[in-house]
Amino acid sequence: MSTTQEIAAQIREAAKRLLSEGKVDCVIGFAQGTVPMREYPYFAYTPEEAENLTWSRFCCNNLSNFLVRRPKGQADKVAIVAQGCVSRNIVGLIKENQITREQVYILGVASPGMVDRNKVQALFPLKTITEVTEDGDELIVKGLGFEERVPTKKVLRQNCYTCVMRNPVIKDEMIGEESAPTHGGNIDKVAAPWEKLAPEERWAAFQETFKDCIRCYACRDACPLCYCHVCFVDEARPQWCGKTQDEADVATFHILRAFHCAGRCTDCGACESACPVGIKMRKLTSMIEKDIRELYGYTPGMDLESQPPLSVYKPNDPQEFIK
Amino acid sequence: MFARRRFAVLKDLLEYVGIEPGRLHFSWISSAEAAKFQETVLAVTEAVKALGPAKHMIKDIRKVA
Repeated sequence: MSTTQEIAAQIREAAKRLLSEGKVDCVIGFAQGTVPMREYPYFAYTPEEAENLTWSRFCCNNLSNFLVRRPKGQADKVAIVAQGCVSRNIVGLIKENQITREQVYILGVASPGMVDRNKVQALFPLKTITEVTEDGDELIVKGLGFEERVPTKKVLRQNCYTCVMRNPVIKDEMIGEESAPTHGGNIDKVAAPWEKLAPEERWAAFQETFKDCIRCYACRDACPLCYCHVCFVDEARPQWCGKTQDEADVATFHILRAFHCAGRCTDCGACESACPVGIKMRKLTSMIEKDIRELYGYTPGMDLESQPPLSVYKPNDPQEFIK
Repeated sequence: MFARRRFAVLKDLLEYVGIEPGRLHFSWISSAEAAKFQETVLAVTEAVKALGPAKHMIKDIRKVA
């Protein structure tokens, strides 16, 4: 396996080549963040800018989010760095007619599994982390007066443990070699955690999970499925959802946001990574995706041919609940 | 038929977060089925009355204002 540092160098080479040959107008990738563990999405328009591209276990945004809603007059042919989940979202965007396959040049990367920075910080309570570097399968965490090694397996994001596709499903060029397709976790064992609870305990668990929500909509903005020009929460006439932090409004927002992603969510984890207060919204969204798998046998974004499950029907679909 | 799939997911989602199953009803009723409409309305109101006042998703304007 190539290290992420080697992959980063290869991404820079490929980006410089594509930009100088004029094959693409822009390369979407990641650049080193100004604080540790916060790599940020970066748009390289020139070969010189391509020098800033990087790749690490802290690339938590889903870059396919930037393929839609691109400002007018900007480049129309873009290259994008895509691991498994991002490529699956690109497939979704093509299926939903948001982009065309020709518009995008995919630099495929096998995902190393991204690290949850909150988990790393939790290992060093009340300490300031000043630098985190990768050394193979370990992180070297440096801070004021300490330096420790942490195995990455311990601090991966929850969705990365149960990833079903680390390799890109579509690509124009592979950077580095392909890896084992999964991390070994079984999503069906951990999806929908509140199903184990009695029906009357579920609301409390739901409230507990979302009680800190400040309605900043970072989860929505980070999500590559949420590309509507006007989101239902921003509409004022009619106002579908109140603007307050009351439990009814918070619950309405999260239930509807999850429902709008039904049959489309690739479990990329961008929403959880974007949340400033660390809400685990996958506890909610995993239920829908589990339903879609069980009822309609569908896993989003795996190929370009299959039809989105909520855009088709079969005569024998379940309907016991309809009287 | 498309709606049936979406309702199936929505129903499971609402039950998953703890909304009582008796508050959510689905029926196919044609405009020519007046009797079925009447029966369904009665059944739904009975079921909801039995559950009593809603406990979740209630916004208290005095709390948030």
